[in-house]
Amino acid sequence: MVGVSTLNTLKFDAELCTGCGMCVDVCPHAVFALNSRTIHVVRADACMECGACQVNCPFGAIQVDSGVGCAAAMIRAALTRQKQGECGCSG
Amino acid sequence: MTGQTDDRVVQTTTSAITWANRWDHFLARWAIHRGGHRVAPGLNALGHPTADAPVFVTANYTLSFDALRAALVGMDGYILVLDTKGINVWCAAGKGTFGTDELVQRIEVTGLKNVVRHRTLILPQLGAPGIAAHQIKKQTGFKVEYGPVRAADLPAYLKTHQATPEMRRVHFSLRDRLVLIPVELVAALLPMLLAAVALYLVGGSVTSSAVIAAVLAGTVLFPILLPWLPTHEFSTRGLILGGIVALPFALMTFLSNPNAALWLRVVGALTFLISLPPITAFLALNFTGATTFTSRTGVRREIFAYIPVMAWMFGAGIALTIARAAIKILGGA
Repeated sequence: MVGVSTLNTLKFDAELCTGCGMCVDVCPHAVFALNSRTIHVVRADACMECGACQVNCPFGAIQVDSGVGCAAAMIRAALTRQKQGECGCSG
Repeated sequence: MTGQTDDRVVQTTTSAITWANRWDHFLARWAIHRGGHRVAPGLNALGHPTADAPVFVTANYTLSFDALRAALVGMDGYILVLDTKGINVWCAAGKGTFGTDELVQRIEVTGLKNVVRHRTLILPQLGAPGIAAHQIKKQTGFKVEYGPVRAADLPAYLKTHQATPEMRRVHFSLRDRLVLIPVELVAALLPMLLAAVALYLVGGSVTSSAVIAAVLAGTVLFPILLPWLPTHEFSTRGLILGGIVALPFALMTFLSNPNAALWLRVVGALTFLISLPPITAFLALNFTGATTFTSRTGVRREIFAYIPVMAWMFGAGIALTIARAAIKILGGA
């Protein structure tokens, strides 16, 4: 598999977690695992900040700075001094 | 309110992918009429669904919709198409158009509650960044069930309504990367041709073909070779690949003028070695947007770390090219 050296902003608060397992279902990179009714962050560096876990956690136990990740959009945003770039992708 | 009446009409669809569909997919892959590969948002009946038939949710991008219906061969069900402006599920979820509000509204305007008896929706897993399942439940009463990443896994998924860990993972296989190449190529085509023509006039055919090689390296070779390139950053991988592609041009230039002054031959070779790699690296960095695993934070760090490097290298290369052309014109070489 491709070498993934992704920095990310994923934060998991075990205090708020109820072990519902929703994050395990929605994560496309198996970052979370459910062991004896508790969630463990098992592959933190594989997180791509898609935001699926945060959006689908009913208890606010996950925080991640997600958003459009295209370099093109972010370069445009940096040049025009906007915080968030608009991605033109449809592929 | 006539729009609402229309929205309540259940359209019919099949699992058959026609040649017209395939042609549409081909055009979409080549970024021709981008944003125009849409199906109408709303409710579709596949086969002969009863009030107990499953409801699948997808985007109004033809590639998304067709992948779903093709996976449901021989099944009866409903397909609820969200208005994602012709964008695929994952990208649209990231933008929020495949989103909670759109799903809530689409359930409402299609009158889905009167069409089916049950209260379960099967969503593609990659729609999750845009949809808060608990909000859908709260606002509409429908329970969101996240199916597999790939529509092709749906028949297996539907046997147990439990996705295996493998069904939940995204990959980025050679095939996945190959299908993305045309879009990358088309996006770079016009600037590439303009640069090639301009450079042909200034520097001749070698310079002109060198820039074409650098662009092809970034748009075609890079996606293919991605897993095998050293380093973990797209920028440095691109610089390395661009450097390899620049080598033959540098050598050719160095060896083609054996009678010229040594420093001129070195400068000629150097021009390619510093101006081509940033072109490939920039395109490589751009490709992060098409991958399935790069994070925003990681890409942002690369932009701040390497875009200035690329700009300086490229600028220096341009300056050298102009200087060489001037020397040539003045008869120095």
